[in-house]
Amino acid sequence: MLDLTWLLIAVPLASSLVLLIAGKRTNAWGHWVGVAAAGSTFLVGLGAFIQMLGLDAEERSHAVHLFSWIPGGELNLDAGLLVDPLSITFVLLVSFVGTLIHVYSVAYMEHDPNRRIFFAYLNLFVAAMMLLVLADSYLLLFVGWEGVGLASYLLIGFWNQKPEYATAANKAFVVNRIGDMGLIVAMGLIFAQVGALDFATVFAEAPGLSTATLTAIGITLLIAACGKSAQFPLQSWLGDAMAGPTPVSALIHAATMVTAGVYLIVRSAPIYDGAPAAQTTVAAVGAFTLILGALIGMAKDDIKKALAASTMSQIGYMMLAAGLGPVGYAFAIFHLVTHGFFKAGMFLGAGSVMHGMSDQVDMRRFGALRAAMVTTWVTFGLGWLAILGVPPFSGFWSKDKIIEAAFVGEGVQPWILGGAALIGAGLTAFYMSRLFFMTFHGKARWTDGQHPHESPALMTVPMIILAVGSAFLGLFLALGDSFSHWLEPVTGHAEHHDPVLPIPVIMAATLILVALGAWAAWRRYGAADVPVEAPAGSLATIAARNDFFQDSVNRGVFERPGTHLTRTLVYADAALVDGAVTKQAEGWARTGEVARRTQTGQVRSYALTMLVGLVIVIVVVVLGGL
Amino acid sequence: MDPINFVILAAILFAIGSAAVLLRRNAIVAFMGVELMLNAANLALVAFSRIHGEIDGQVMAFFVMVVAAAEVVVGLAIIIAVFRARQTISLDEPAELKG
Repeated sequence: MLDLTWLLIAVPLASSLVLLIAGKRTNAWGHWVGVAAAGSTFLVGLGAFIQMLGLDAEERSHAVHLFSWIPGGELNLDAGLLVDPLSITFVLLVSFVGTLIHVYSVAYMEHDPNRRIFFAYLNLFVAAMMLLVLADSYLLLFVGWEGVGLASYLLIGFWNQKPEYATAANKAFVVNRIGDMGLIVAMGLIFAQVGALDFATVFAEAPGLSTATLTAIGITLLIAACGKSAQFPLQSWLGDAMAGPTPVSALIHAATMVTAGVYLIVRSAPIYDGAPAAQTTVAAVGAFTLILGALIGMAKDDIKKALAASTMSQIGYMMLAAGLGPVGYAFAIFHLVTHGFFKAGMFLGAGSVMHGMSDQVDMRRFGALRAAMVTTWVTFGLGWLAILGVPPFSGFWSKDKIIEAAFVGEGVQPWILGGAALIGAGLTAFYMSRLFFMTFHGKARWTDGQHPHESPALMTVPMIILAVGSAFLGLFLALGDSFSHWLEPVTGHAEHHDPVLPIPVIMAATLILVALGAWAAWRRYGAADVPVEAPAGSLATIAARNDFFQDSVNRGVFERPGTHLTRTLVYADAALVDGAVTKQAEGWARTGEVARRTQTGQVRSYALTMLVGLVIVIVVVVLGGL
Repeated sequence: MDPINFVILAAILFAIGSAAVLLRRNAIVAFMGVELMLNAANLALVAFSRIHGEIDGQVMAFFVMVVAAAEVVVGLAIIIAVFRARQTISLDEPAELKG
């Protein structure tokens, strides 16, 4: 089964191509082909996983050679897959959550005339994501990296008949390009220093490189991760990406693609292990983004944008953990998996709410949906408890570990990182409870003519399965640290370090902050009436509502100067380069204009000219030469 | 007689021929001027041959005669073609090549 992992990429890719090429003929059953393709990847992944469980920990890294890809003198690169505990974890997450979301989409997109194309793009995404996590070299990873970017672009702009949705897709694509440049530069640095791009060679030689080199590679890889994972300062695209259909937001912009940055950093662990400065930068970016995302989430009234801000914040936790080194790698991936479940579940819940409320996304127009949508309420509630980190739900096991790990270290760093993680937990509790109470509790604030109803079984069953995962997966994986041991062959064994505060104190502080956040949200949004119109709010609220003016900053700092620079260059090109050529040509034309007058057309004048010329020549020869 | 006189005569004939080419409008007369210039050159060549006591100049004169014969054929044909096209052989009339 391990050697058949190429099917994980080939099957969804083939299905995607069939759906796109066969066209309208497959409209009637095309979506089931997409579901089957996604389901088959899960079966193959599960088979590989079971086979891997039977192996010893040291033998669990399995290389699958596909074909000789770039046979060049200096660069001799084979396309191959690396099946190890880390990649198989991702395979299982992507294929399992992906399959559920495929099933959900069958009902969610039922009335969309382009449902077949939607499934083709979803399959394309699954294939690209599989390639990303299974690649055995940075270059092959880059192919998958670009592939998920393309699928993300196509799906954000799926309803591109609305210009602002198409703009959102473009924005995501452009911001991601900046991250992609980081990955390209990182690959260039690696190739210049090591002369190879496959993980095995690079990681074997990484300890021999200088700290400065490793730091440079680490920082450029971080830029790539920031672009893909919507981390500061490349976070601006994620909120707008909610323009895509909700299943897309659940699969791509919550559970899988946006976590690719975390994967990249954990995968590049041998590089970061030799570059403490780069590690600290990763942790700092993660800590900053987790607070930033939480603050934005507190102010948003659009349910999907609030969830997107929450995703940003949760990935900040993962980045923070990944920046802590071997102590945190396993926790980063652990949180990534549990987050994949509960966030995808909540996005599907949001989609279910929108489905029942005629695509309304303003939470101020929800309220009291608990009675109308019992299944959605329960499943969403489990996801809510999980993200809050209430024991014994999933988030508690993963997030608490990250907070503890953030407090490990010396000097002020653990206090800053740990403090950020701790405050972030309280903020998370507030904004997620706010979202939950505004949507499902309080008084009904529906617009006229709304008849909320529960979604069909095709939608609720995936939500129920994800909710079960949100509830128990964390506990299951945390039993005996089984998940950390499972990842140990990749992330390395972490020595146990004691945090600067006793663990029970940290845990108690986290739970108290979470309870305070949830209580505050209940006071304002559960027990009290929520105004239908958003109140003007303080300066801070307005700033958070506008994503801390990230778009204005980008426009002022990058877009405008960039536009001016290009305009200046275009002008300089026209005036100097083109100008020189044009002026020269004009000069010759004027010379010709003057010379033209000598051509009278009179034969006798030509003859006279010749004679005079001849006489002059003779005179010159006679006087000068003799 | 001093052979240098033939050279002077050749120069006078050449001047007359070129004056005819430059001053006369009639193409036939201008053509005759050209012939006069060619023959003046022939006379000069023969005179030089005599002065230097070598035969090269005379050989060259024969060449000039042969070429001049061919040139007369072409030149007269052109003049006739021009006359047929425009009913005139004035040299000042055709000015299509004016720039």
